[in-house]
Amino acid sequence: MRRFFSAGRAPGRRWRNERRLVAALFLGPAALTVLVLVAYPMAHTLWLSLHDTNTGAFVGLANYGRMFGTEETRRAILNNIVWVVVAPTVVTVLGLMLAVLTQRVRWSTALKTILFMPMAISFLAVGVTFRLVYDEDPQRGALNAALVAVHDAFSPPSRYYGVAPRDGTGLVPAEGGYQTADPVPPTEPVAMPVVGLPRDRIPSEAVPASPPEAGIELRGVVWLDFTRGGGGEAGEIDATEVGLPGMRVEAVRDGRVVATATTDASGRFVFPGLTEGDYIVRLAATNFTEPFRGVTWLGPRLVTPAVIGAYIWIWAGFAMILIQAGLAGLPRDVLEAARADGATDWQILRRVTVPLVWPILVVVLVTLSINVLKIFDLLYVLPPDSSQDEANVVALEMYRVSFGGGLDYGLGSALAVLLFLLVLPAMLFTIRRRRRERL
Amino acid sequence: MTSQRSAPVAPPPPLLEPMPVPELEPAGTAVRVEPRPSVLKRLVAILGSGAARVFIIVVGLFWLFPTLGLAVASLRTAADNSATGWWTALTAPSQLTLDNYAALLGNERITGSLWNTVLIAVPSTVLVLVLGALGAYALAWLDFRGRDVVFVLAVALTIVPVQVALIPDAAVFRALGIFGDIPAVIAFHVAFGLPFAVFLLRNYFLGLPEDMIEAARADGASEFTVFRRVALPFAWPALGSLALFQFLWVWNDLLVALVFGFNNPPITYAIREQTRAFASNIDVIAPGALVSMAVPLILFFTFQRYFLRSMLDGALK
Repeated sequence: MRRFFSAGRAPGRRWRNERRLVAALFLGPAALTVLVLVAYPMAHTLWLSLHDTNTGAFVGLANYGRMFGTEETRRAILNNIVWVVVAPTVVTVLGLMLAVLTQRVRWSTALKTILFMPMAISFLAVGVTFRLVYDEDPQRGALNAALVAVHDAFSPPSRYYGVAPRDGTGLVPAEGGYQTADPVPPTEPVAMPVVGLPRDRIPSEAVPASPPEAGIELRGVVWLDFTRGGGGEAGEIDATEVGLPGMRVEAVRDGRVVATATTDASGRFVFPGLTEGDYIVRLAATNFTEPFRGVTWLGPRLVTPAVIGAYIWIWAGFAMILIQAGLAGLPRDVLEAARADGATDWQILRRVTVPLVWPILVVVLVTLSINVLKIFDLLYVLPPDSSQDEANVVALEMYRVSFGGGLDYGLGSALAVLLFLLVLPAMLFTIRRRRRERL
Repeated sequence: MTSQRSAPVAPPPPLLEPMPVPELEPAGTAVRVEPRPSVLKRLVAILGSGAARVFIIVVGLFWLFPTLGLAVASLRTAADNSATGWWTALTAPSQLTLDNYAALLGNERITGSLWNTVLIAVPSTVLVLVLGALGAYALAWLDFRGRDVVFVLAVALTIVPVQVALIPDAAVFRALGIFGDIPAVIAFHVAFGLPFAVFLLRNYFLGLPEDMIEAARADGASEFTVFRRVALPFAWPALGSLALFQFLWVWNDLLVALVFGFNNPPITYAIREQTRAFASNIDVIAPGALVSMAVPLILFFTFQRYFLRSMLDGALK
């Protein structure tokens, strides 16, 4: 024991009492501050957690029972578990990846600066920053804007969402689209007037609508039955009204789609070959599917992963730089030997590099675990008030029940003790490691 | 023993203590090309340097964009911000205006809270440095019974969550009549900053050659003189690193301010108040957050080296 700690050799020349007095003068102010504001409060918190703080009566473990019994606190504990399992692991793996990948990149220094910068910023500022990133409206939120752009590139949005038939023109909703109320014969062109398309979404190739030319096949026209500035007659093709091109039209008989057609620039469509019998004509549902609007990041379901994302943003640089420092210190001959023995790069990474930097990975993991357990600010700022219940963690719940209106010091103390117990293993690990640091 | 102490740099670098950390250099400076295991080079090659590069660029963009977005948003009116995303300003620069910042300067709640942040952060840092250095010196160079126990306790206390002290300390501050005021916030930050300060500085002081201490003592210098003339000058890199860490810690704090500083709220508190109606207050929140970030970022770019080490040292806190 002594070997680990002994520092300055006993001077031996001074009187024992004088030495004690000098030591007390040096250490006293710090020790007193810590004693009054850290050490005593810890004991007091433990005491409070075993009492009803209103009456002062001893209640045993009742506060702890409430802690595990009520839904909010159980949710907070559960979320904390998710946090501790996910966040440090992802940050460490990402840090390792970045550390390995950037070793040879010329501008890795710039990248390091960029990645490490968030460490300087407060959780509050990060919370505000990511409120903007996660904004649900793709017009405003950068992340959803990017997602929608990618989504639309692969599956373009339907042109006519929000469009509906003009009332009283015989078209009824069906199968997500709209169809004629009754089967119609090919002899009679189908008029399909619709409304509800904003001006800025009228396709550029659309031209004024015109009734289909005469013919023996089933045919019709889909047009925007709306004359800007008024005028125009419902159900009639007026002079300035445009056809809706690219609309998918289906001919249905006995409940089965027997043919499809697409409208041209003036909204006309023809079903080649359909000359006999009556058909229901339907505007297919695909014309009207609502566009992809992105993801509700800060809603109840995704709020925890979203906040973890912001946390990763803060800490990845820290993990990367620590791990990189470890990589730089690796014995090169071992790696060379492994390579000479014919190991593949992946094998070397898995079997040699990772085991050698493992102690550092553990330090990063433990450090982040402690940090994650105490996380408060980010969860107090980033989730909107409406989803804070779902995002709750122990440190936040402790604040909420004790100060944020609750004033339930018994439950708050129990939560604080729980937090302390959760940190305890990491604390013992740290004491052992820090003792080893200096002989 | 003695020889070991007089050559403090010799032992293998401990992990969270003065250690050779790669320095961050200004962007664009040439990287020192040290020989690296060619294994890793080949790994990069195998992943396709193209793919790796793309991955790194994407990561870099992901890390830049959020802050850039906040900065641009802070330069747009609330109406613009609620209608369109910040990136539209990149093609329509006429949206950019300093009005939000001008309004912020006239917002006494915000300017007052910035001043409060300074009033909290500076004394907290100075007190932690002074009290911590004194205590650390005692643990390193004064011989008294229980010294090792005190040191282990200090190490243990470095990672105690502040939550375990919030409720009792509220009572303490109430009894002292400072609950809700700046002295309470300072006292709490100092108390929770001291264990780490003592741990860090004690280890650094131990790197002092014993001969120097003994020589000074033999010359009849008082212990305080030895501390001030020998130990402090020697430890200034550690003091700088600690000062940076403690200052940023307090500057960025929200929780302690919420509990103990409600009468004189610092900037983090003042901005958090605004976030209840996030969208409509964005013209205050965005520039406010950016102003609150400015000081840490200036320190970050000025003292990158110290900053890096102080963060690695203090991350466990």
